[in-house]
Amino acid sequence: MIDVINLRKNFGDKEVLKGVDLKVEKGDRVVVIGPSGSGKSTFLRCLNCMEDPNGGQIIFNGVDIADMSVDINLHRRKMGMVFQHFNLFNNKTVIDNIMLAPVTVALQDRKKALRRNFFLKLFKAKALKEGKVSLSLVADKNVIKQLARENAEKLLKRIGLEDKAEVYPSTLSGGQKQRVAIVRSLAMNPDVILFDEPTSALDPEMVGEVLDLMKQLAKEGMTMVIVTHEMGFAREVATKVVFIDEGVIKEIAPPEEFFSNPKDARLKEFLSKVL
Amino acid sequence: MGNFSAKVNKFNDIFVNQNGYVTVLNGLKNTLLIAVIGLLIGFVIGTLIATVRVLPKYKRLPRVLNGICSFYVALFRGTPIVAQLLVFYYVLFPLIGVRMTGVQVALLVFGLNSGAYVSEIMRSGIQSVDPGQMEGGRSVGLSFKTTMLMIVIPQAIKNILPTLGNEFISLIKETSVVSFVGALDLYMAFNYIGSNSYEFMVPYLVMAIIYIILVLLISLGIKLMERSLKKSDRRN
Ligand SMILES: Nc1ncnc2c1ncn2[C@@H]1O[C@H](COP(=O)(O)OP(=O)(O)OP(=O)(O)O)[C@@H](O)[C@H]1O
Ligand SMILES: [Mg+2]
Repeated sequence: MIDVINLRKNFGDKEVLKGVDLKVEKGDRVVVIGPSGSGKSTFLRCLNCMEDPNGGQIIFNGVDIADMSVDINLHRRKMGMVFQHFNLFNNKTVIDNIMLAPVTVALQDRKKALRRNFFLKLFKAKALKEGKVSLSLVADKNVIKQLARENAEKLLKRIGLEDKAEVYPSTLSGGQKQRVAIVRSLAMNPDVILFDEPTSALDPEMVGEVLDLMKQLAKEGMTMVIVTHEMGFAREVATKVVFIDEGVIKEIAPPEEFFSNPKDARLKEFLSKVL
Repeated sequence: MGNFSAKVNKFNDIFVNQNGYVTVLNGLKNTLLIAVIGLLIGFVIGTLIATVRVLPKYKRLPRVLNGICSFYVALFRGTPIVAQLLVFYYVLFPLIGVRMTGVQVALLVFGLNSGAYVSEIMRSGIQSVDPGQMEGGRSVGLSFKTTMLMIVIPQAIKNILPTLGNEFISLIKETSVVSFVGALDLYMAFNYIGSNSYEFMVPYLVMAIIYIILVLLISLGIKLMERSLKKSDRRN
């Protein structure tokens, strides 16, 4: 699903990623760990080109999205991201946070379809009649909004926050915010979700509710790439654990092997500190 | 004191009996028109410039646009507005053969001028919005433009509303120079009354009071608007 090939990234003279290769298969839960400042966030943010890579390829569903000429917005629709600090839209209510992207991109697609149909009718009337080309389907605006709202309500119900639909994010607790942020990315029906330390900014008593939601997603087969310091969670949920250090992947293994039989010296040292 | 009440009577006579109030109303209308339209034009120009200035700069086009915008802002902030009015009215438009009334030139110049100021206000407003808001929008597949319009700029406007209100107030005050290009504003109206009666004390006093009332009303309006926008800050 994602094929990272020789990914390199530097900030100024500072080389943060020095050639990272990783394959993420459909249904994988890849957990990324590593010391502070080792480039975990940078790696994750390169996956959806939130940071533009300086070299290498990121093949997502067959397209190299590191290539600056692709329309990255199109691919990001299928690649959700959950941030340490939630990044909910402060000027939108909870339900609008969830609905905004689905409605906006559907309306933009609708506009494009209308434009295409107009062009076809004007210049390709013959081809149309002969059935060589056909008009795009154009959904009704209200139907688009209604469907998005129903889906958002369903998602809110799933996390037990249906009574919070009309409030603003500032009134929510950290755990509630993060769960809304997760369903906001779910609303786009992504093929994969990237998590950057989703529980690091939370009070300890709220970590559980967020991890539980992520475990549910894992059980449903969602493909996930997760940067976290929660080793217990990694052991329980991961299909692969990745150790990033000094800008490269030092070790990659299934969790049992990774934690019980680490090979890299730096990883051994790291694990002895965090476990 | 008897002297002063005689002056008041004189003012009254011109203001009420000789239709001085019509002139004042016209002046007030122009003052408000120039300030309001100026701010609206300035808001649109300022938002566009501010957006260009926060654009990522690794491509050529944004860099060129940025240069143009910097020049524009330096030009309009670096010269007195009187000079801008005079140049547009007596130099630029005659040169290109366009005829415009003083009020029209004032509308345009105040718009262009406040665009330069609003762009700086808006830029700091945009920069005060958490970068995470842009990332949140981009991460769900919204474009830079869409995220800017729907998420960042609304929050920026909320942050800068008091400053924008102050810009409006200073526009109101600065309109008093439009008489340089023959536009009738509040100052010009009272000046006219004063000239007719050879008595300026009361007309200018009333003028000052009207300016103060205008400014106080606007301040009140800003406060009310701020309060209604605070909704998304705490529990609704
Ligand atoms: N936008 C940036 N500009 C310059 N340097 C950056 C930028 N982002 C990250 N860095 C640097 O790149 C290095 C890797 O940062 P990164 O955030 O990826 O680390 P991390 O592994 O996520 O660390 P942590 O566990 O603290 O989150 C750090 O040295 C950091 O200072
Ligand atoms: Mg990080």
